[in-house]
Amino acid sequence: MTTIADILTEHEGREGPLLPILHDVQKAFGHVSEDAMREIAGSLNLTRAEVYGVVSFYHDFRKEAETRPIIKLCRAEACKARGVEALVPVAEGQSRVKVEAVYCLGLCSVGPAAMVGDQVHARLDSQRLTELMAST
Amino acid sequence: MKVRISDDALAIACGADAVAAAFEKAGADIERVSSWGMHWLEPLVDVGGIGYGPASIDQVAAIMAGAAPSIGRIEDHPFIAKQSRLTFARAGKTRPTSLDDYYATEGWLGLAKAREIGPEATIEAVLASGLRGRGGAGFPAGIKWKTVAGASADQKYIVCNADEGDSATFADRMVMEGDPFMLIEGMAIAGLAVGANKGFVYIRSEYPHAIAKMEAAIKACAHLIAPFEVEVRVGAGSYVCGEETSLLNSLEGKRGEVRAKPPLPALEGLFGKPTVVNNVLTLAAVPWILTHGGEAYAAFGMGRSKGTMPVQLAGNIKHGGLFEVAFGITLGELVNDIGGGTDTGRPVRCVQVGGPLGAYIPPSQFDLPFDYEAFAAADALIGHAGITVFDDTVDMAQMARFAMEFCAVESCGKCTPCRLGSTRGIETIDQIIAGKDVEKNLELIADLSETMKFGSLCALGGFTPYPVMSAITHFPEDFVARDFVLRKNT
Repeated sequence: MTTIADILTEHEGREGPLLPILHDVQKAFGHVSEDAMREIAGSLNLTRAEVYGVVSFYHDFRKEAETRPIIKLCRAEACKARGVEALVPVAEGQSRVKVEAVYCLGLCSVGPAAMVGDQVHARLDSQRLTELMAST
Repeated sequence: MKVRISDDALAIACGADAVAAAFEKAGADIERVSSWGMHWLEPLVDVGGIGYGPASIDQVAAIMAGAAPSIGRIEDHPFIAKQSRLTFARAGKTRPTSLDDYYATEGWLGLAKAREIGPEATIEAVLASGLRGRGGAGFPAGIKWKTVAGASADQKYIVCNADEGDSATFADRMVMEGDPFMLIEGMAIAGLAVGANKGFVYIRSEYPHAIAKMEAAIKACAHLIAPFEVEVRVGAGSYVCGEETSLLNSLEGKRGEVRAKPPLPALEGLFGKPTVVNNVLTLAAVPWILTHGGEAYAAFGMGRSKGTMPVQLAGNIKHGGLFEVAFGITLGELVNDIGGGTDTGRPVRCVQVGGPLGAYIPPSQFDLPFDYEAFAAADALIGHAGITVFDDTVDMAQMARFAMEFCAVESCGKCTPCRLGSTRGIETIDQIIAGKDVEKNLELIADLSETMKFGSLCALGGFTPYPVMSAITHFPEDFVARDFVLRKNT
C-alpha cells in the first residue's frame, strides 16, 4: 500500500513538485485529504494554507472521496453545437453515476464526447450515453 | 496484409481499438499510425493507401476482400489534397513513437541543422520564417527567442504550452499523439538557440493519450537531444493555466494565478529564470523551418501572417477535422467548401473562431481571410484557429451567457473585472433572457464588457467580451423578449 511518505520520497529533488505530488496522492487515494495536505505541507516547507490554496484552485483535485463512478461529459461550445445539452437530462435522470462537466476533451469534431478514467467516448447520443452510464 | 488504423484519441473514441482488434483476429498485420485528421471518417482504415471509413467491425471481412466501398486513395481525397501540410506532413503515415519512422521522414534534420549553424543563425532562420506564436497571441517567435538568448542567467528554460483548453481545438493533441518527436525536436532546437538545457511540456490532464505518447517519445529519444532534457508536467483541469504566466505558476506548484507583466517571462519566467513559453504548434513548426529554411516557410501565407495554420474544423460541421493551410484562405471556404456546411444539414447560423474567447461570426462575414490583422480589424481573433460551426437552432443569448459562465468558472480570481465581472455578466444576461429591462441591461453588458476588456490582467477576462458582444451585435434578435424567440423557433 502506497503512503503519502512514499509519494513524497519519490518526488524528492524535483523542481516545483507540488502538482505531481497531488496528482499521485489523488491517484492513490481518490482524493487529497486534510491529513495528506498537512503531511505534504510539512515535507515541502509550505504552510497548510498554501497547499490548501493549490488543492482548491484546480478542478481535478477532490478534498473528499467520490464513491460513485465518474463520467466527465464535455459541455463546451463544440459539443454544445453538436447537441450535448439535450443529453444533460439523461445524465441527470440517474444517480448511480456521477456525471461531471468538463470543458473540452479535444474531440470537438465528433462530439458529444465524454471521458471515463482515461477512456474517451465520442458521437454520444442518449442511447450511447445510457449504455455508457450502465457499463461504468 | 498490412492494415493501418490510427491510435489517436479521437479515432479510439470512435471505436478504432475494436476495429483494429477485429482486423488482427482476421489475420491482418496491424500498424497503428497517427490520424489523417479526417475525423468524420474515423475509424479510417488504410489498406495500401486506399481508405475505408468510418469503418465498423462488421465491415472487416469485406474490407480485407477489397469488396467494401472505399473513399479511394486517401492522399488524393480533396480534404487532404487541398492542404499544405508542413507541420502535419507525417499525419496518417507514421507510427507516432517509432524512431525508425521519424528518421525515414526528415526526422532530426532540423536539429542537425541547428547544431551545424549555431544559435544565432538558428534564431535568424526562425525570424526569417515570420513564425508567430500559434497559441493565440501571434507574437513573433524569433523575437521572443532572441530576448531569451540575450538574457544572461545560470539557468534558462523552454516551456511548451500544451494546455490546449479552447473548445474546437485539437491540433496540439494531434501533434503530441501523432508526431511527438517533432515537438521534442522543436523544443531541443529552441533550447540550443537560447541556451536552455531543460524543457517542460505542460499537458492538460484531459489528454491522457497525449501524456502517454509524449512520455514514451521523450524516453525513446533522450540520447538524441542530450544534453537537452524534456519533462512532461500534467495540468489539473484549470483553463486559465493555458495563459503563459498562470502556466508558469502552475509549473512551480502554485495556484494558477496570472502574473502581471512586466516582467516578461522571457526575462523572468519559470522560477524567475529567462524562459521561452511557446505553444505546441509554434515549436512543432520549427524543425520544418530549420530543415527547409525560413524563407521557404515565409513563402506561405499573406501579409504579416506567414506560413501555414493547422485550422481545426469542429462543432456542427459535416467534414470536421484538421486542415493545415496557408494563411489567407477565407472563412467561407473553410466552413462551406472544405467543411461541407453543417452536419445536421441545416443552415449555418454562425461560427465561433478562436475558442471560448473568440467572436461569433455570421455568414455575412465569411469573406474574412484567415489572417491575424484582418481578424483583429473585424473585432475577432484567430486564437488557436479552432472553428466551431453552429446551425440555425443555436440560441445566441444562451451562448453569450455561457461565455460569461465559463469565465466565472475558470477565472483565477486575481483581477476584479474578470472575477466579479463574469458573475455580474451572467446575472445581467439572465435578466435579458427573462425580458427584464432589456434595453438597460444590454447597455450594462456593453459597459461591463468594456471594463473587462481593458481592465483584466489576461485574455480570459479581457477576451470574454468578444463572444458576448459579437453575439449581441450580430444576433440582436436573440436578445429580445423570450416569447418572441420561442415563436420564431417553432
